[in-house]
Amino acid sequence: MGEGVARFWREIPQRYNFIGDRCGSCERIFFPPKESCPFCRRKSMGKMKEIKLSGKGEIVTYTIIHVGPEDFEEQVPYPIAIVKLEEGPQITAQIVDCNIDEVKIGMKVESTFRKIRQDGSTGAIYYGYKFKKRC
Amino acid sequence: MAIMEKVGIVSYGANIPRWRIKVEDIASIWGKDGKVISKGLGINEKSVPSFDQDTATISVEAARAALKRCNINPQDIGAIYIGSESHPYAVKPTGTIVGEAIGATPDLMVADYEFACKAGTAAIQSCTALVKAEMIKYGLAVGADTSQAAPGDALEYSASAGGAAFIIGKDNVIASINHTISFTSDTPDFWRRAQRKYPSHGGRFTGAPAYFKHITSCAINLMRNAGTKPEEYDYAIFHQPNGKFPVSVAKELGFTYDQIKQGLLVPYIGNTYSGASLIGLASVLDVAKPGDRIFLTSYGSGAGSDAFDITVTEKINDLFRENAPSVFQMVEDKEYIDYGMYTKVSELLFWE
Ligand SMILES: [Zn+2]
Repeated sequence: MGEGVARFWREIPQRYNFIGDRCGSCERIFFPPKESCPFCRRKSMGKMKEIKLSGKGEIVTYTIIHVGPEDFEEQVPYPIAIVKLEEGPQITAQIVDCNIDEVKIGMKVESTFRKIRQDGSTGAIYYGYKFKKRC
Repeated sequence: MAIMEKVGIVSYGANIPRWRIKVEDIASIWGKDGKVISKGLGINEKSVPSFDQDTATISVEAARAALKRCNINPQDIGAIYIGSESHPYAVKPTGTIVGEAIGATPDLMVADYEFACKAGTAAIQSCTALVKAEMIKYGLAVGADTSQAAPGDALEYSASAGGAAFIIGKDNVIASINHTISFTSDTPDFWRRAQRKYPSHGGRFTGAPAYFKHITSCAINLMRNAGTKPEEYDYAIFHQPNGKFPVSVAKELGFTYDQIKQGLLVPYIGNTYSGASLIGLASVLDVAKPGDRIFLTSYGSGAGSDAFDITVTEKINDLFRENAPSVFQMVEDKEYIDYGMYTKVSELLFWE
């Protein structure tokens, strides 16, 4: 098992199901989950609690990718956005299922389960979240 | 076959990719008269999966839609069977990905099913039996495909993508499965050899001895078992490889066009293979009322049919149907692509 596959496997709960965590000391929510709270540090040890986020949020800002990285060349042009989740954390993700000119700051989005990339035609397929306009 | 009491569909969901290509656009590339082909097949356009959609993503989205409509704990799902002929991996079950993505792992049975276009209805039969035997509380049965056809092949006009998921159980059953029966034979009408990307088919042989013989035999056997007649059903759904076959087989069996209309999606989305009859059933459940009786017969090449006699219960009024888009809403939510884009996304440029 390559390092890519092992790392992906460890991240399945967050990639498939938006499992983040909450600091039991200051109640801040983190996604991806953190081992300890960067604000409370030692005080948060043993107090980080897993929580499932809704996968809903809104676009804070976005850009249209015209020259994509190796695995994404065929998909250009496509939008990448910073999405602020309802629970607070901000994440970067691809926006799908809409025309590029429909993407707007403030657009309400929800997660959708998609193929993120694959290790060529013989390797593993990595699934996870992307976002689409909320219906 | 024994009458099954109170076991049936607890919730359902469907998923159809947003992209469409018109049959006329495919035909014009091959120098054919698109209008004639479109009319001959009874297909206007078909759904096309995007770069990031496959049988696993369609199955997950359909299963999540089913869960959104009801209040069951995914941990109570004791079995997941995914029927498809386009599982993303040859070895590594799609059901493992779906189980993880809906939060049903790890205490459950999982297997992928294959039986051409009827693997999804086979999955419903297995879940029904396991619930009836009280081995599981709920089972999840999915039929989904992103089917491929060789460029220029007749199937290129119809092979499309989509799927539907059904939660089977005993509590809060919205549609009870009264009877189910199958009809199976060794009939080489359509096949795909291991490691090949595109299927082969027996041309005209796919009609009479294959699709029509299996569906009519299975349907007649089911109605004999159930003691029913075509006119007693409010809705009927048949496998729909094109727009003509299901209409003809319905007529031959004594069903009217009005009975099959709600479950006939092939003119708008093409042949979704394992998803075809099940998206039809989802579409019927979108509008069904308590007391409605539903008849369904799937068909899988190779060949076999599964038939179901279903009665909608009062509980359908408690289902949060509005929590997920209806089949016809998904049919309307579309974006057209041209043949160039279709070729790129189908990886036809990079094949074998
Ligand atoms: Zn803290």
